[in-house]
Amino acid sequence: MSLAQILIIGSNRTIMETIERLINKNGIWEATIAFTNDEALRELNSTNFKLVLLGAGIEKETQLIETLSQLYPALPVVTHYGGGSGLLYAEIYQVLMPG
Amino acid sequence: MAQTVLHKANTRGVADHGWLKSYQSFSFAGYYNPDRVNFGALRVLNDDIVTGGMGFGEHPHDNMEIISIPLEGELQHKDSMGNTATIKAGEIQVMSAGTGIFHSEYNSDKNNPAKFLQIWLFPNQRNVTPRYDQILLENQTKRNEFIQILSPDKDDEGVWIYQNAWFNLAYFDTNYSQTYQLHQQGNGVYIFVLKGQITVNGQLLETRDGFGVWEIDSLDIKAVVDAEFLLMEVPMEF
Repeated sequence: MSLAQILIIGSNRTIMETIERLINKNGIWEATIAFTNDEALRELNSTNFKLVLLGAGIEKETQLIETLSQLYPALPVVTHYGGGSGLLYAEIYQVLMPG
Repeated sequence: MAQTVLHKANTRGVADHGWLKSYQSFSFAGYYNPDRVNFGALRVLNDDIVTGGMGFGEHPHDNMEIISIPLEGELQHKDSMGNTATIKAGEIQVMSAGTGIFHSEYNSDKNNPAKFLQIWLFPNQRNVTPRYDQILLENQTKRNEFIQILSPDKDDEGVWIYQNAWFNLAYFDTNYSQTYQLHQQGNGVYIFVLKGQITVNGQLLETRDGFGVWEIDSLDIKAVVDAEFLLMEVPMEF
């Protein structure tokens, strides 16, 4: 079974690596990190992501959300809170495992 | 018309890691219940017991208002902002995680467990500069009144956070009753009973039950027996 691809965007390297590790640990998801908006758009151009998670410290976050909704209207974009904490799985479950 | 949600104590999520036993009113980590994700801006209410000498190693947080209320024992806190502190029963600790912080928490008493409430609220601003504070709750021995321990106002009683929320602790004697007036339209109230029994608008609540009420201006609370409870007023939309 192929892994569901999740793009995580944020500027704090240690926090992003924590989020990546927690997502990959689940076994059915695979995370890719983008530290900048440009990196995120490049990744989206090359991979079929199921979900985008917005972490902390993103520059022009509102503008990025608007761009994503225009370019990828069917792609769920979730604002992540907590920094790779106990909330992470629930945020993903709510989108990828509805009901 | 008032809307309500009742979370009986024995229906909470439970995580037992040996050194940590955590009773979770809302979905957290391995506990996921789509019907229990949050109550408005209130996202986490964990009722935690940490074994003596054990604790949470260094871990990150961002964009969350994190409030700890020790109920028994003490926790040693250390964070990436350079704060080193011990927090014990009778105090309250707050962290605005904002752009990101790292911290650890240990029960420094090897012989006794530390019991505390871990409460997280969604902030009303993202990516704020992280901050830490802790205070002694000087009025917490007062009985039969609401004791404010948290607000959005730096100059008001208790700690402050980046959210239009107000927390009160209360210790009511048997049969004492009082009405709580909400501060802000659109807010709801989540009441968590620490000990005893109370009624909230007629709904009976027992130890460790949680009860959320919204679309209201006030609440009538009565102690059935001597009771201690935490009242959390939070925005339902944020």
